[in-house]
Amino acid sequence: MINRVVKNAEEALKGVKDNQTIMFGGFGLCGIPENCINQMIKMGTKGITAISNNAGVDDFGLGLLLQTKQIKKMISSYVGENEEFERQMLSGELEVELIPQGTLATRCLAAAYGMPVIYTPAGVGTEVAIGKEVRKFKYNGQEKEYLMEAAFEADFAIVKAWKGDTAGNLIFKSTARNFNPMMAMAGKITVAEVEQLVPAGELDPDQIHTPGIYVHRIFQGSHYEKRIEQRTVRKKN
Amino acid sequence: MLDKNGIAKRIAKEVKDGMFVNLGIGIPTLVANFIPPGMSVELQSENGILGMGPFPFEGEEDADLINAGKQTVTLLKGSSIFDSAMSFGMIRAQKVDLTILGAMEVSENGDIANWKIPGKMVKGMGGAMDLVASAKNIIVAMQQVNKAGQSKLLPKCDLPLTGINCIKKVVTELGVYDILPEGGFKLIETAPGVTVDDIKKATAGKLVISEHVKEMAI
Repeated sequence: MINRVVKNAEEALKGVKDNQTIMFGGFGLCGIPENCINQMIKMGTKGITAISNNAGVDDFGLGLLLQTKQIKKMISSYVGENEEFERQMLSGELEVELIPQGTLATRCLAAAYGMPVIYTPAGVGTEVAIGKEVRKFKYNGQEKEYLMEAAFEADFAIVKAWKGDTAGNLIFKSTARNFNPMMAMAGKITVAEVEQLVPAGELDPDQIHTPGIYVHRIFQGSHYEKRIEQRTVRKKN
Repeated sequence: MLDKNGIAKRIAKEVKDGMFVNLGIGIPTLVANFIPPGMSVELQSENGILGMGPFPFEGEEDADLINAGKQTVTLLKGSSIFDSAMSFGMIRAQKVDLTILGAMEVSENGDIANWKIPGKMVKGMGGAMDLVASAKNIIVAMQQVNKAGQSKLLPKCDLPLTGINCIKKVVTELGVYDILPEGGFKLIETAPGVTVDDIKKATAGKLVISEHVKEMAI
């Protein structure tokens, strides 16, 4: 067994430099790598190109790295809940590339599976298609147009899992899974922070979502806040 | 004229037993409240749920279990969880039977704009472009007339597009329209208290009045 364990976020993010492309797992504030985001603030890494479905909120998640102006460019599908983001985008301080959510997920998957491009119908005929190769394919009995989209290339992928073992195998919990498995497989160096780190052998191999071959560094995170963005409830009876 | 719940209630009649359905944010979310009990329908949430249930009881919220609108939700019996790539995989492969989403504008050839107002609102398209590009059947829930009194059923969309030639049916506060393959909004039902004349005034795109136009039964 190859041991993937590092001590903490500081050790896990060794080698992160200015002006790199970094993937961050999570959907909204769900399943985000809280420990690593805090560590990146401490490190003061600048010029980050962040690939992440969302941009957090003003005072949590990637919103924290926007406040400190460490992010140069965001590649996301939806960035609605963040005023600082909007301000930086409208003033031109922050470069933003908005892409369809499925395209974002599948471009990660392409990197994970060793495929340089994918073809997707998402965005055909819209401004997303500008400058992209369009091809017609017949699929499911229907001929239609598809856009060619490239696999992402990320220097680091930073993800959050529920459980992990010392061999780097990961299991995610509930909808905190979201983009984490694809991103975990797509980084040149993948860092996973987990709520529970267990010795290799304790996780059932049949239940593993991401095999350790994709995960270079793993550590047990602490002090998870797990903030809820929209607390919606119903009353009993 | 229908309120938001009325629009949702009318759309719920399009939902059939055994369907997998994706509901967008806003009025579409309300559709879930009007699916008759006893009907087997599974709701898909594109962040990775099939078999999504109602909001949790107070005190039972789980930060790890949210829907695509980032609201806390629950899971029903037989539900499953998957990653974002698989979620859009099943959408692209047309396994999801029906997509219901909101719009700012729809054109007479079935184009939709719902993600961006240049210079004003630039939040992103989320999963909308993927959904409209692949779904077998898409119903739009929207207000037909904006606050300034202008129609949002247009010959051609003014706002940046989300998808082209993809919308099949539109339900508004005033009526139900099928979008014809050759172009045009075919009025098939009017909302209670709404006349065909009201609808003519509120439709900027090509309007075709069905011979069998009737008042909505809701």
